[in-house]
Amino acid sequence: MTPARVEPPLAFLAELTHRCPLQCPYCSNPLELVGGRAELSTAEWITVFEDAARLGVMQVHLSGGEPTARRDLVGLVRAAEQAGLYTNLITSGVLLDRRKIDDLAAAGLRHIQLSIQDADPAEADRIAAYPQAHLKKLAVAREIRSAGLALTLNVVVHRRNLPRLDGIIDIAVDLGAERLEVAHAQYHGWALINRAALMPSQDQVQSAVATIAAAARRLHGRMQIDHVVPDYHARRPKACMGGWGRRFFVIAPDGAMLPCHAATSIPGMSFPNVRTTALKAAWDDSAAFTAFRGTAWMAEPCRSCEFRDVDFGGCRCQALTLAGHAAATDPVCDRSPLHDKLQALVEREVASGTSSLQLRRPKPSSRASDRSREYGLVTLID
Amino acid sequence: MSIEGSSKPRLADSATLRWDKVRDKWVLQSPERLFFPDDVAVSVISLCDGQRTLQSITDELAREFDAPATAIYDDTVELLKGLAAEGVIVHDAGPR
Repeated sequence: MTPARVEPPLAFLAELTHRCPLQCPYCSNPLELVGGRAELSTAEWITVFEDAARLGVMQVHLSGGEPTARRDLVGLVRAAEQAGLYTNLITSGVLLDRRKIDDLAAAGLRHIQLSIQDADPAEADRIAAYPQAHLKKLAVAREIRSAGLALTLNVVVHRRNLPRLDGIIDIAVDLGAERLEVAHAQYHGWALINRAALMPSQDQVQSAVATIAAAARRLHGRMQIDHVVPDYHARRPKACMGGWGRRFFVIAPDGAMLPCHAATSIPGMSFPNVRTTALKAAWDDSAAFTAFRGTAWMAEPCRSCEFRDVDFGGCRCQALTLAGHAAATDPVCDRSPLHDKLQALVEREVASGTSSLQLRRPKPSSRASDRSREYGLVTLID
Repeated sequence: MSIEGSSKPRLADSATLRWDKVRDKWVLQSPERLFFPDDVAVSVISLCDGQRTLQSITDELAREFDAPATAIYDDTVELLKGLAAEGVIVHDAGPR
């Protein structure tokens, strides 16, 4: 059994706000969004950046919600850079203009990750629930490149937009993106309640793998394409966040420090808050960060598995959602007793053909924590 | 697109090479990528300025390390191919 050796974290996600003008139905924010009044102040964020750099963090991903909804964003970028962090802005772009982009570049911003929703403008605007979002994003992407900033184009893919993957790749090339990130929807929070409408078929996933491999060969040395087979379609789980409490953490808008952005879905777990706990103490010793760190917490089949130090048992939030408890083996793994049921669930949801989506709203339509139990394998089938 | 003697490799716009004080190591980073290059790799990367050709980079390294130019060339191509596959080195006349 590997002892839980605490290494310094490499990077963190700063969710500066949960406010966002878009309403994408696969948003990675939790169903219970943090309100604007509870957000950390400018000074509190600056302290987080300084403490994180001291702890050994090298990168901060400034995210949201929509981080450009924070009026103090330029100052926050400058402070993070001055603290010695590499700064990456994760944005929808719809609130950006050339002046703001130039200000961010002058403040030291290294990179922007801009999302698009689809290659088809009408469908993209429907998913974002924001008129002219797609056109606006393309214009902003061009401004980002002409301001000399590095650009990654990010697209969340799912059953509805995968048929247009070629068109998405063409857009990324046309915009001069350095990197294209093709990210499958991850079924936590908002994406979980919309899972049946988003779930791609095995054929779609295999076709995406082939399309991307061909494009990556064609574009070698020009544009990088990142894509991984989505969890539900894989045979081995991924080391979620590089392993719990091992590489990465998240600071929520209200200062809660989380091992991953979905961790608040785990019942009975309390999280340290940067307003009351020093970052280093929270990382090294808090109950939340030590709960699933290393391999000592594992039960079989993970405990004796030769991959336990590779994938760390997969995703804890997914284990909770699908298997009913967070310490279970991730059912994505074909060594999990629930793996076959997961494959059946994928087929059933694809066959449902449903297109009904619940867009992200300040409040979900019914009690989220109760509803999300309906989406597991245990309650669904047993 | 393969890398050859006339290619002019450079760091991608998003990539930064810097000394990390906490770990006492060089770190090459871009979003989603972190590498800890050894001293030889740092020498190579430092010469990838988008002006020098691969040939002139390896000639310079061969002089610096007093080593056979062909061996240096092959090792450098191997390293740069790997970094290009990760998107941290680019070697065409793409937009800057």
